[in-house]
Amino acid sequence: MLAGDADRYRTKMDALLVRLSGDLDLGVADKLRITLDEHLNTKKIKYLIMNLSRVTFVDSSGLGVILGRYKKLTPFGGKVILVGAQPQVKRILELSGLMQIMESYLDEANALAKIV
Amino acid sequence: MKAVNCCSIEFHSIAENVSFARVAVAAFASQLDCTLPELEEIKVAVSEAVGNAIIHGYRKQTDKTVRLTVKIYKEGLEIIVEDSGQGIDDIDLAMQPAYSTDPERMGLGFVFMQSFSDRLRVESTPGLGTTVTMFKHIGIRGAKARAN
Repeated sequence: MLAGDADRYRTKMDALLVRLSGDLDLGVADKLRITLDEHLNTKKIKYLIMNLSRVTFVDSSGLGVILGRYKKLTPFGGKVILVGAQPQVKRILELSGLMQIMESYLDEANALAKIV
Repeated sequence: MKAVNCCSIEFHSIAENVSFARVAVAAFASQLDCTLPELEEIKVAVSEAVGNAIIHGYRKQTDKTVRLTVKIYKEGLEIIVEDSGQGIDDIDLAMQPAYSTDPERMGLGFVFMQSFSDRLRVESTPGLGTTVTMFKHIGIRGAKARAN
C-alpha cells in the first residue's frame, strides 16, 4: 500500500467513508485528489468522512486536498467530517483552521451516527 | 556561530522527493536532542520549503535540481532550501497567510515555515531562483539562545 493511498472506500447512502494512511504530502496529493473526486462525482456523495487515524504526517499539500473537497461539497449542503487524527496531524489541522470549519470525531461510529 | 556538522543533498524536483527531504533532515537533526514535536515541526517546515521549490519555483518540471543544506549548531538547526526556478516577484505578498496562486492550495506554506522556525529568510530573484533559510533553536542551549 502506498503512503497516502486511500486503502478503503465505503459508501453508505450519500456518505463516503475513506480510510487514509501514511503521509499526506505533495507526493500523493494529486493522486488522492483524483481518486476522491472520481468517487464524489460518480456516487452523488454529500458527506465525506475521512478517517485519518493511520495518517502519520500532513502538510499544506495534504490540507489542500481536504479543503478542496470541502469547497466542492459545502455549496450543496454537504460536509467533510474528520475522524481520529493523531496528535501531530491534529495540530496541523488546528493551525490551518480546518478543524474550526469541519466537524471532527474520535471514531467512525460517532461520525456515522451524526449523518445517518 | 560555527556549524558543528553540515550536510548537503541535491535531488530532482519531483514530488516524491518531498518525503525523502523531510526524512533526511529529521534523521540528521536527531544528532541534536530534538523532542518529537520539534522533529514534527522540522518535517513540516522542510516539506513546505521543498514543495514550494517544486510547485512554484520549477512549476512541476521534474528534471530540475533542488539543493538542501542542513547545518547543526550547538543552539539549533539551520535548513537552507535553494532552487534555480522562476523566483518570487513579490515576497511580502507570497508570505501573506492564505495567499496562493492555486485554488487547490491553502497558501499556508510560508505560515508553517514561519510558525515552525525561529528565523525565516526568503531571498528571491525573478528568473533566477529562490533561497529559503530557516533556523530553529533546539534543546536547552537553544532555549537559552532564544531567550537572549
